[in-house]
Amino acid sequence: MAKGKRKVPDINSSSTADIAFLLLIFFLITTSMDTDRGLARRLPPPPEQKDQENTDKIKERNVLQVYLNKDDQLMCGDEYISVNQLRGKAKEFIANADNDEAKPERIQKDIPFFGLTMITDKHVISLQNDRGSSYQAYISVQNELVAAYNELRNELALQKWQKNYAELTEDQQKAIRDIYPQRISEAEPKKYGEKK
Amino acid sequence: MGKFNKTGKREMPALNTSSLPDLIFTLLFFFMIVTTMREVTLKVQFKLPQGTELEKLEKKSLVTFIYIGEPTQEYRAKMGTESRIQLNDSYAEVSEVQDFIFQERSSMREDEQAMMTVSLKVDQKTKMGIVTDVKNALRQAYALKINYSAVSKD
Repeated sequence: MAKGKRKVPDINSSSTADIAFLLLIFFLITTSMDTDRGLARRLPPPPEQKDQENTDKIKERNVLQVYLNKDDQLMCGDEYISVNQLRGKAKEFIANADNDEAKPERIQKDIPFFGLTMITDKHVISLQNDRGSSYQAYISVQNELVAAYNELRNELALQKWQKNYAELTEDQQKAIRDIYPQRISEAEPKKYGEKK
Repeated sequence: MGKFNKTGKREMPALNTSSLPDLIFTLLFFFMIVTTMREVTLKVQFKLPQGTELEKLEKKSLVTFIYIGEPTQEYRAKMGTESRIQLNDSYAEVSEVQDFIFQERSSMREDEQAMMTVSLKVDQKTKMGIVTDVKNALRQAYALKINYSAVSKD
């Protein structure tokens, strides 16, 4: 005596919310939202032959020597400085605004947007550390050097376009990068007590 | 007039919760998508150095991690407290870094191999000696794009 139409009973869905909550909480806990950040660097390719080292001489005025010893003391040029002073030193060196004899030579170069500009194309910041220096000190030094470049680039961008470097177009950024090319070289570290 | 003045008990209508599961599911999917599960169990402990000029690490699939730091508490007895390198799930020597990089690179797509980035997660108290050795090994393996992992200072 079945009736023609039987109604399928509704599935009680009041607990779906609870199940979803459970899953949600699981993912909330396992999620690590922190994006990895760090200082990006490019290593030089390995030397082809050991005996064929640096045939092209770099003039002394073009090099800024930065040493970090095993006690995390910093030497820039020929004086002890603190990490905070390094940024200013590096900026002075890279820009060489007042055409100092002791600072890197400026070469005229044609740069898009800027026309003929005097740039310190050949400057090198040479960083040498001891095998006993701490990693934090090393990163601080690297950080200050990158900061020096970033500040110079930003200043130039503000001066030319009244905008921050990050807001410029790709071409404009490249032009600024041409004016302030990042040249940080890392020498083989010395071992304390080892003669070289 | 006086229509507003209804007398008698009024019942509060029950809040319709039938869309609650949908809301929660939306959240759930959001978290499922952004979640990255930790792939390796850390056997070294490290506190990353601080910096200000940091860049974001792009494309997780192209990044290989190398961890350097002191062994965690449970491995102290066996390994001592000297800084160690960890590759994947085990401790390694500097000489193994090169093979590790080649291995990682061969597991990538060919057109992506050139963009491979190595992220160095190194404890801030580590001596530079071991870091330099690793860097030299990376140079030999032509893994030239590296990233010193750090946390922003503020």
